[in-house]
Amino acid sequence: MSGARSLMVALEKEGANIVFGLPGGANLPIYDELYKSNIRHILVRHEQSASHMADGFGRVSRRPGVCFATSGPGATNIVTGIATAQADSSPMIAVTGQVPTKMIGRDAFQESDIIGITNPIVKYAFQPMTASEVPEMVKKAFYISATGRPGPVLIDIPKDVQQNEAEMTFPSEVKIRGYHPWVDPDIGKIERAIDMLLSSERPVILAGGGVIISSAFAELQSIAELLMIPVVTTFKGKGAFPENHPLSLGPIGMHGHAEANKIMVEADCVLACGSRFSDRSVGTFEEFEKNLKIIHMDVDPAEIGKNQTTHVAVVGDLKASLRIMVKMLIQKAIKRSGDNTWLKRVNETREYFRQNLKIHPHPLGASKVLRKLREVLPAQSIVTTEVGQHQMWASLFFDVIHPGTFFSSTGLGTMGWGFPAAIGAKAAKPDVPVVDIAGEGSFNMTENSLAVSVLDNLPVIVFLLNNFSLGMVAQWQRTFYDRRMIGIDLKNCPDYVKLAESYGAQGIRAENVDEIGKAVQTALKSNIATVIDIPIDPQEDVLPFVAPGTPLKDMILPS
Amino acid sequence: MWSIISVLVENKPGVLFKVTHLFRSRNYNIDSISVGVTENPEFSRMTLTTSADEKQLSQIIKQLDKMIDTVEVKLLDERKSIYRELVLMKIKITKPSDIMEITDLANAFKCNVHDVRKSSIIIEITATPDRINAFEDLVKGYGVLETTRTGICALERGTNNES
Repeated sequence: MSGARSLMVALEKEGANIVFGLPGGANLPIYDELYKSNIRHILVRHEQSASHMADGFGRVSRRPGVCFATSGPGATNIVTGIATAQADSSPMIAVTGQVPTKMIGRDAFQESDIIGITNPIVKYAFQPMTASEVPEMVKKAFYISATGRPGPVLIDIPKDVQQNEAEMTFPSEVKIRGYHPWVDPDIGKIERAIDMLLSSERPVILAGGGVIISSAFAELQSIAELLMIPVVTTFKGKGAFPENHPLSLGPIGMHGHAEANKIMVEADCVLACGSRFSDRSVGTFEEFEKNLKIIHMDVDPAEIGKNQTTHVAVVGDLKASLRIMVKMLIQKAIKRSGDNTWLKRVNETREYFRQNLKIHPHPLGASKVLRKLREVLPAQSIVTTEVGQHQMWASLFFDVIHPGTFFSSTGLGTMGWGFPAAIGAKAAKPDVPVVDIAGEGSFNMTENSLAVSVLDNLPVIVFLLNNFSLGMVAQWQRTFYDRRMIGIDLKNCPDYVKLAESYGAQGIRAENVDEIGKAVQTALKSNIATVIDIPIDPQEDVLPFVAPGTPLKDMILPS
Repeated sequence: MWSIISVLVENKPGVLFKVTHLFRSRNYNIDSISVGVTENPEFSRMTLTTSADEKQLSQIIKQLDKMIDTVEVKLLDERKSIYRELVLMKIKITKPSDIMEITDLANAFKCNVHDVRKSSIIIEITATPDRINAFEDLVKGYGVLETTRTGICALERGTNNES
């Protein structure tokens, strides 16, 4: 069997039935075997989109998405996608072609040292030098990518290794002596965590992306309800807890909900679940941990104490840890009433900001536009975002009802991620509507994936908040650079309705809130790729805003 | 304050690159590094020294531990370890009596003497960094022309109840 054939067999054994990619000289033997296999191929127009599709597929299906690229520029084109997956702990397998082993190091045509280039942004990388190594490496790649804290794994296969024949053995299990993804949570520490929560006066749960990755929604909700503790999330953790729940306060951070930031600052104890305390979430590290007892649960021991000093740390799979906590609470018959001064304060704070927070007066202000989308979109729909103002407005004004249905490039902040990721999500869950909440600056970057959405029958809705500019940069220039506006004006170019139509997709311009509702309904019914172009106010800022390098308590409110 | 970290790694290409890249990308500083294959050819042992503070040191250990190619990461206690560095030092000879004086110093520090010439002499010293610095201080006056250091290599001491 050839190396390329063994790759296909190994992929099929891992349950991979779809790959996103683009062929080239150094991976043609792989594509020749793909031709003969039952694996579905999605042809992208740029390799970066293939990596984002695999990422989106992985986040939604919670098993590694697979992308293919050729050597050299094909491989370097997926670097951004790999870095995005690494920053957001997303399971992904990237398979790149490489020049033949004898050519490596000779600056051959389309040669790049992709192993070296991607070293700091992969969970692991393999480069088989003989064909017989391929099956075990694929097995290990999936094992590493999907277990513990998930992440991208690269397999870089020289062309001759793809072509060479070898006796193949496909291991059913692999062991890696330096890799121990499963640690049993320390029961004693979970007990201490409970004691700490019970003895605190103003406890808060901070749910991070780890809750979504480990699918610990039910456990989290049980703990919150048994102890009657309000829940804030990080932006990555948005939707880890139903945002219409009475205990929900929404995301904290730079563009967090005002009530969430306010309550986070007032808390005396936090149960942080699967969160890495990123600077965008906590403001400043020093101020955040002041007068705060921190209980940190995470699967990755290296996250403990990295950004914050913790008082109790529970290392292990989050779902397992939270499940033990729920059991303990039930066994000890611990159930707290919601009738206390802290929860009263929480509810008053929420109510205060709901009543008094000024909203942008423009008829197509972000809050009106996104609340309309929420109103017409079924609750189980999957939503991705691009990166910029629209993303932060989505965080503020689009409530996630079903846990684990909201995905964004939160760590790396990759513009152009949302649309291909939405297509990957659609491939993972074809029966659910998928919407990319987008800005035109980001959508520009990967809009050629419209071809994929149309031709491969993976229809997604691009909900385009079009302010004809790089809005977030514009906001920073207005706020921090005395309105010296440069490099932000995108003009009215291209025409997104015509652009969509030129790809065979549906383009709808919606110029008021009613039209938005109708356009979304049309898109949902028609089941073809749709771009809904919404001309919003280029002058609207995202508020509240915690300026970079300042603490959450200095949040700027709309005036 | 410097610390010695002993890391047992898979003996395969690219692992040294990954370890040093980790230090670079997280902005940690490596003061010295020495690498060699162990008694078991499947493993190499790296000895790293760093002058990181306590918080950073704990992160370094955790990040090294997280690497899939590291099998064991240990922060060594100086008192419970043997650690040595090898230095070759080329010293200037100005007058014939210098040779005798330098050789006497070398003997006192249990050094080996190599390549004795009219104008220079090479001394090989294997010792702890403190002792090496003391020796260097003593010969500085003659003029040190060139030196090369291996970096520290270290092993934990045995225990009495080993079978």
